[in-house]
Amino acid sequence: MPEQLAYTIEVFLNGLMAGVLYALVALGFVLIYKASGIFNYAQGVMALFAAMTLVGIQNGQVPFAHLINAIFGTDVHKFGWSVHSFVAIALTVVVMIGLAWAVQRFVFRHLVGQEAIILFMATIGLAYLLEGVADLMWGSELKALDVCAAEGVCLPQGLNSWIDETTFETFGYGFFIDNLDIVASIVAAILVVGLVMFAQYTKQGRAMRAVADDHQAALSVGVSLNFIWILVWSLAGFVALVAGIMWGAKSGVQFSLSLIALKALPVLMLGGFTSIPGAIVGGLIIGVGEKLFEFLIGAPFLGGATENWFAYMLALLFLVFRPQGLFGERIIERV
Amino acid sequence: MKFKLGTMAVAALMAASPAMAELVFPSLSYRTGPYAASGIPFADGYADYFTMLNARDGGIGGVMTTVPECETAYNTEKGVECYESLKGGGGLVYQPLSTGITYQLIPKVTADNIPMLTTGLGRTSAKNGRVFSHVFNFPANYWDGASVAVKHMLDEEGGDLSGKKVTLVYHNSAYGKEPIRTLTELSKKHGFEFNEVPVDHPGQEQKSQWLQIRRDKPDYVIMYGWGVMNQVAIQEAVNIRFPMDKFIGIWWSGSENDVLSAGAGADGYKAVTFHNVGADYPLYDDLKKYVYDEGKAAGAGDQSGTVIYNRGIYGAMLVAEAAKKAQEIHGTANITPSQMRDGMEALEITEEKMTELGLPGFGPEFKVTCENHGGNGFAAMTQWNAETKEWTLISDFVQSDQEVIQSLIEEDSNAYAAENSIEDHCS
Amino acid sequence: MFYREAGDFNTSYAEDQQTFPIKFDRYRYYVVLFIAIVVVPFTVNDYWVNSIFMPFLIYTIAAIGLNILVGYCGQVSLGTGGFMAVGAYACYKLMTAMPEVSMFIHVLLAGVITAAVGVLFGLPSLRIKGFYLAVATLAAQFFLVWLFNRFPWFYNYSASGQINAPERDTFGIIITGPSTEAWAAYAFCLVFTIFSAYVARNLTRGSVGRKWMAIRDMDIAAEIIGVNPLRAKLTAFAVSSFFIGISGALFFAIYLGAVEVGEAFGIQKSFLVLFMIIIGGLGSIFGSFAGAAFLVLLPVALKVVGVDLLGWPTDIVAHLQLVIVGLLIIVFLIAEPHGIAQLWRVAKDKLRLWPFPH
Repeated sequence: MPEQLAYTIEVFLNGLMAGVLYALVALGFVLIYKASGIFNYAQGVMALFAAMTLVGIQNGQVPFAHLINAIFGTDVHKFGWSVHSFVAIALTVVVMIGLAWAVQRFVFRHLVGQEAIILFMATIGLAYLLEGVADLMWGSELKALDVCAAEGVCLPQGLNSWIDETTFETFGYGFFIDNLDIVASIVAAILVVGLVMFAQYTKQGRAMRAVADDHQAALSVGVSLNFIWILVWSLAGFVALVAGIMWGAKSGVQFSLSLIALKALPVLMLGGFTSIPGAIVGGLIIGVGEKLFEFLIGAPFLGGATENWFAYMLALLFLVFRPQGLFGERIIERV
Repeated sequence: MKFKLGTMAVAALMAASPAMAELVFPSLSYRTGPYAASGIPFADGYADYFTMLNARDGGIGGVMTTVPECETAYNTEKGVECYESLKGGGGLVYQPLSTGITYQLIPKVTADNIPMLTTGLGRTSAKNGRVFSHVFNFPANYWDGASVAVKHMLDEEGGDLSGKKVTLVYHNSAYGKEPIRTLTELSKKHGFEFNEVPVDHPGQEQKSQWLQIRRDKPDYVIMYGWGVMNQVAIQEAVNIRFPMDKFIGIWWSGSENDVLSAGAGADGYKAVTFHNVGADYPLYDDLKKYVYDEGKAAGAGDQSGTVIYNRGIYGAMLVAEAAKKAQEIHGTANITPSQMRDGMEALEITEEKMTELGLPGFGPEFKVTCENHGGNGFAAMTQWNAETKEWTLISDFVQSDQEVIQSLIEEDSNAYAAENSIEDHCS
Repeated sequence: MFYREAGDFNTSYAEDQQTFPIKFDRYRYYVVLFIAIVVVPFTVNDYWVNSIFMPFLIYTIAAIGLNILVGYCGQVSLGTGGFMAVGAYACYKLMTAMPEVSMFIHVLLAGVITAAVGVLFGLPSLRIKGFYLAVATLAAQFFLVWLFNRFPWFYNYSASGQINAPERDTFGIIITGPSTEAWAAYAFCLVFTIFSAYVARNLTRGSVGRKWMAIRDMDIAAEIIGVNPLRAKLTAFAVSSFFIGISGALFFAIYLGAVEVGEAFGIQKSFLVLFMIIIGGLGSIFGSFAGAAFLVLLPVALKVVGVDLLGWPTDIVAHLQLVIVGLLIIVFLIAEPHGIAQLWRVAKDKLRLWPFPH
């Protein structure tokens, strides 16, 4: 097998994996947009908030410690215990549900029926607010994130030796696949299947789809909009947590985690704002597209670092042919 | 609850209102935003050193010091606001800690006659004091860092790098591109092959770059990273099983923050530094006695002994010594920013002086002159031990390849002088 | 001195259609202009100009530009940072290539160049709408930043990769570089702000503006009544980019003096200007001023109160700042979803009937 081909395949596979990680972030946007027409600018900050909360709970940090110390002149930092990862995840989910309730109760309940741009703006405010609260609560320094099922059994990272050796024997070039990416793909697959099953086969899921189709009609047949929106925001919070864990495992938990939202935008554009499969397929196309472009054209001819803008250009190109994204709902315009 | 904040407010007002003579050392810190992880320890170290000077020596030369802090969040516009608002308070010397803010301030401080110290950052060619009269960047700059990294490789390879491959992974910004020219020159001189791999801001996704490195199999990788890019790059290097002792970061890629999240895999990672690491200095006893135990530590007080905290201490120590020098030259304890500038230009850091300060072997020896505002380009290598979670110095402070660097500095600073019609300030 | 139109008799169409039909309003406006032009330049110091007035004026120009595109023509754009960068780099290249030409010309030319680039990136708007378009304009944002960073020609091959504004003057008064007087920089920006507001206000009142608004309200209907969507959208992109280019040029040359593209004109700048017009009020020139003021002044005000007056630790203040700005945005929205401009309008309507509202 010629080297160049082997390299291309390797880049392709890694692009797929990166795409899954992008899709994880995009999924949160889609959930909320589909059910309530809100373009949730705060999704990235939610991932940051969730990851910070998870680490904070794991390490037994006292929330708002710095503020408390400044006000009361005390010196508290930690409770002195550490919480098992799974328990911490469960507690974080509870926090995210609480957040969803608060967002619904204090913000969007007062903004029902407003234009999309106003709802978007409210999420901007929410993003500022959440960022400030997260920093006050847990501090803005960098935190390492490790999710461990038991002592020593943590999220795997790094080269998968088995794939490396097998491909080396068959092709003469060992492929690099990151273990974390494999886990992320599995988690993403479970998440998507779970979400689709939930939407298709449960009562709440059906209600959710009804709301997504038509608010008023759903309301008139007795679906509680309030409940559905809390549900959707909770689900988005959960997805944000998963995305936060996967990205945070690599980079540590810090402010920049909220910037992963930017990686999701071209995915959304390409896949359509309203389609869960669209987010996945869009993610894969963007991941593979940008990696292959960087490998074949960007790095050798353009001096590299082309991925950021190429992802958007690629999405733009798709949009010119399908203005509503690959899987978006057909836009029917009437005068 | 409001009680404490209330008393603090009163205390602050009382501290601010009497126009007592004080030496003001403003701190443009960034405790929030994308680079908070690096900003917090520096600001803490900087503040703690002056707190200790006040408590132990009663300030500098009998005059108390204050460190008004202003949050920039590493944002250029906020930096300008901070500079302007602190200027009114009579700040003696600014340490902007951000290359972007530095470039803003270079013309401004020169016009306002206030010195600026950009230790290990900012405009490299500011070393040429003939052109940049108010900007100092001792003891080492980015080009020195690149050169010292290459020297370290030479040592490792028995003095011969010909036929070796060196790859630079850099933050795709002005800062990251700094070492390219130096390394290109050095690659010609030493005969190694040099490649560049840019990573776009913020750098959370570096799969392409590290796959490329994995294919190219360079002998050494040098990194000029910043913020989240560092953590991800080190993690990816671990992932592709790149030998960590052949992976060398610049000082902004060489703190605990950068390696901790990669865990045990990061063991052996190296970084260039211009100051020593660890907390094993007599000065730390004083810090403990006068600052920590008194509950006066800045911030959360948990950064003591980290690499960047030490950098804050080092930065504070340099300007405090320069202030002493200025007091000595001008024979007055209440120095002005302009006198402070003279002090910085006459600063000499020797081993005896550092020992006297309780910081033996903390940094390189250097002497500032009118022509040379950048020290002599000495830097050392540190290495990370993932088990003990400590950085250790693994080399002496060695000098960079002055021959190569000096000509680059002349070239760049003269271009700036020509563009802005600046006359030789030393003659 | 009551705020009402009673007693104001208009005897010509021109009088009837003027921007400020109510006398009181008009005088208030003259007073504001008088203060801005005559009083402020003689009283300001470096601090006020560099940290309050200049960012406010420059962001106002950018906000007016973006408001034309988003508020009047309904094309959501997130490419503002990139277009500001075009203005800045165009201005830099012009300044260094032709040092003897007046800065006025350079800044205007920078605007024209940005307008051309804006039209180019506006082309997809003919096909793509709404949030999809917003994300598509991000392609412009990222591409332009990459471009200016990548090719050394744009920064005259300087080793640092930054662009520095050399000393330039207009009418013999130095307005860039370190030895600029505070008032000169202020006055220079003020001229452009007034010019932009004046042009934008009158464009949006005229046939061009009405075409934009028709497109915004429903593009298909507009097309049917004879508005050419191609021309309307592209003129909106051109005019909007022109103003944004001017603001980018001023931002670089007058305000900061040295700029690195990724840091100064990154994606967060695009979002910031968008936040300004949303908070200020879409489709309102006053809203552009109000939004810029809100996002420039509020953080400074909070900082002054928190750090300087109360003496709290800077990091807590910085975090609280985020919380307060976020809360204010949300509270504002719930109280008045159409931004500060709408609050202003409501206040004026109330004032007109005051003190007998019934």
